[in-house]
Amino acid sequence: MKRGTTASIVKYIRPRTFPTPFCAGCGHGILLGAILRAVDELELDFSQMLFVSGIGCGGWIPSPHFNTDTLHVTHGRPVAFATGAKLFRPELNVVVIGGDGDIASIGGNHLIHAARRNVDMTVICANNLIYGMTGGQVTPTTPLGARTLTTPAGNPEPPFDLSRLVAAAGATYVARYSVWHVRPLIRSIKKALQHEGFAFIEALSTCPTQYGRRNENPTPIGMLRALKRDCVTVKRAQDMSEEELVGKTIIGEFVS
Amino acid sequence: MNEQDNECMPKITINGDWCKGCHICVEVCPRRVLEVDEEAFLHGFHPIRVARPEDCTICRQCELLCPDLAIVVEEE
Repeated sequence: MKRGTTASIVKYIRPRTFPTPFCAGCGHGILLGAILRAVDELELDFSQMLFVSGIGCGGWIPSPHFNTDTLHVTHGRPVAFATGAKLFRPELNVVVIGGDGDIASIGGNHLIHAARRNVDMTVICANNLIYGMTGGQVTPTTPLGARTLTTPAGNPEPPFDLSRLVAAAGATYVARYSVWHVRPLIRSIKKALQHEGFAFIEALSTCPTQYGRRNENPTPIGMLRALKRDCVTVKRAQDMSEEELVGKTIIGEFVS
Repeated sequence: MNEQDNECMPKITINGDWCKGCHICVEVCPRRVLEVDEEAFLHGFHPIRVARPEDCTICRQCELLCPDLAIVVEEE
């Protein structure tokens, strides 16, 4: 059986946990598959991995679906719990998976300090630009002008550039890809899992239910096409002027 | 279609229990192998059916972008 295919990764799924609790067309499901494909292609020992997640839609990616040790902790604290787990059991391959509300907003302080300390772990942030599970409130990564439940007239605040924030804090591997660019995303997750030190991946995800519905893009495929349209690679962005880059998101490896 | 082509035809399986009907796979397939089954209505949506398996090039785009791991493409 070819490695990295769906037929080959179903063995990592805990029995009777599928279908997932995600809405139809949620980008988090694509990211769930991408993480398992990366693990499968690297032929890692799944029993020696620990997945830590917090609260929110992003927290549901590893727990309860991954058939290994998963730690589902309080809101915003997965990086702190993972640091403790890594110190106690350094042989484990510790991976934190969370949403933007969990990792960038409530757990923002833990994130930058773990990056500063260069703790040997991988953090994957499923950034869907909104708090999905709690009803669609604004997060620190919601783009300027985007409509959410709490900003019905448009978000008046500029968002965080998460990858640049974590790179500035001292992470030794930083990359950003979207769930539409799934093949480079899998390659990047493979690199991060093998990386020694703090590795951070910002995976741009989609939320058709809470974000797309309020921003004139309610279909799953429409949101994926918007990612395809709005993302430019680091290499292409070098030849683009500042006016051309307005509204675009730069994807690629920032620190490696 | 001759016998040779038949042997190369991939096996595409759709897990109806896991599929939520987001129809991403139908839109991303470059050869339009999959289509929405307008006649059937299960679990509150129109399910997917494999309409033209002989056109499949095993690019696995549908498999990689399925959020519910509901599509399995196997080489025969």
